[in-house]
Amino acid sequence: MQYKKILLNGMFNENPNLRLLLGMCPSLAVTTMAENAVGMGLATTAVLICSNAAISALRNVIPKEVRLPSYIVIVAGFVTAISLLMEAYLSTLYESLGLFLSLIVVNCIILGRAEMFASKNPVGASIVDGLGMGLGFTGSLLLISTVREIIGNLSWFGLHFAGEDASGMLFFILPAGGFFVLGLITAAINALSGYRLSKQKVGCSGCPAASACAKACEKEAV
Amino acid sequence: MEHSFVVTSSPHIKSPTTTTRIMLDVMIALCPSLAASVWWFGPRTLLMTAISVICCVGCEWGAQKLFRRQSTISDLSAVVTGMLIAFNLPSTAPLWLLPIGAIFAIVFTKQLFGGIGQNFANPAIVARIVLFLSFASHMTAYTAPGAWRSAADAVTTATPMQENAVLPSLWEMFIGQRGGCFGETCALALLVGGIYLVVRRVISPLIPLCYIGSTTLLCWLFGADPLYSILSGGLLLGAIFMATDYSTTPVTKAGKVIFALGCGLVTAVIRSFGAYAEGVSFAILLMNILTPLIDRYVRPRPFGA
Repeated sequence: MQYKKILLNGMFNENPNLRLLLGMCPSLAVTTMAENAVGMGLATTAVLICSNAAISALRNVIPKEVRLPSYIVIVAGFVTAISLLMEAYLSTLYESLGLFLSLIVVNCIILGRAEMFASKNPVGASIVDGLGMGLGFTGSLLLISTVREIIGNLSWFGLHFAGEDASGMLFFILPAGGFFVLGLITAAINALSGYRLSKQKVGCSGCPAASACAKACEKEAV
Repeated sequence: MEHSFVVTSSPHIKSPTTTTRIMLDVMIALCPSLAASVWWFGPRTLLMTAISVICCVGCEWGAQKLFRRQSTISDLSAVVTGMLIAFNLPSTAPLWLLPIGAIFAIVFTKQLFGGIGQNFANPAIVARIVLFLSFASHMTAYTAPGAWRSAADAVTTATPMQENAVLPSLWEMFIGQRGGCFGETCALALLVGGIYLVVRRVISPLIPLCYIGSTTLLCWLFGADPLYSILSGGLLLGAIFMATDYSTTPVTKAGKVIFALGCGLVTAVIRSFGAYAEGVSFAILLMNILTPLIDRYVRPRPFGA
């Protein structure tokens, strides 16, 4: 029951991308094609699960003062492993993701979950949290890239449905289109989830990241 | 006796100027250019303008229904936006570009930000840029002026700003006998419209003069012919009709000058060094976005402070 709640929390309620607005860089950069977006999302998920597990297992060993460098070293280790694996077995995807694969190291979702969740929860729960957050991230990248690829390139997962020569609205493939689609989807999700910025809600309590933020502050105070 | 006074709160002095009246003036001011476009590029420009206006008014109505806002289509601002979007297309552009432009201008730029007066950028500029970036080949397929009368196949011609093009003479440029977006070519008609707006006090000549002046000066410094810089591209259309939008330009005189000089600088730099031949729309969009910042720094001191 607890695990299910953690999983669904990462996927929907605290979706790292569309609710907490973390990991904006890859969600703008690699979402021009659905294929790349899913590849990026799953690579991040794999790193997130591994790093959450390792950091959770080591949470009582790592001194508080040097925890951030330690987390980065752990995350960088897993990212290197994943990118070597992708280079060996999924070389086309590796080529198209390019630099962004290595940049998973500095993806704020990963460091954020290490700091907010893995460093104070048991290994099992941390793995489930990594899975939920990773799938939430993958889902949101898929959503953004679906809109961008279909309108911008008239194709989905590389399948052209309007003929090879037809070109869509290039604006959606350009960086400006990335910001545009991300903003519209975030707004639509806020509207659908009944999130309203009323006067009482302005400030920390009105933010979708409130609970995650409070956990981090709690830790600072200790 | 007691009925002869009406007690109301301020403001007590009312001007007959209304949004509708201002927009009507802008529409009148755009008419000479529309007429010139029919002369040079044929009646298709009328059809395009009509479709664009219908799409914009339709989008405004639909968006306001969707957001449950009071309908403001009678203020004619959507009509002006529609005319300007059409004016920014070449006369051969496919008609389906117009509804796409209308959606980006009215729904995304205007209504999502709160409707008239709340838009962060000029809606017609945003529509032009989105269409230009998305469908560059359709947006730069300029036809030779007058070609529609000879019934021959439309001959595409280069804009004077592209390299290796045979330049029309200055007089031809002034009367609009050149390739380009159909509403931007006839400098004479645009100037007539601009003077009408200034005489009617709808716009102050400050922004157009500073904008055109700084672009010309900088283009000349960068090695271009100054008179061609004024007459080519969309400078006159942009400076007179798009860089003077009330809600997206600074309030104070000093702010307006900074805004116009910034537009001039960006336009001249893009024209002289950029990858695109024309930079007017990018310049205006960039300065639209900087407008709140400009307003903040040139805020007038309250009297007595």
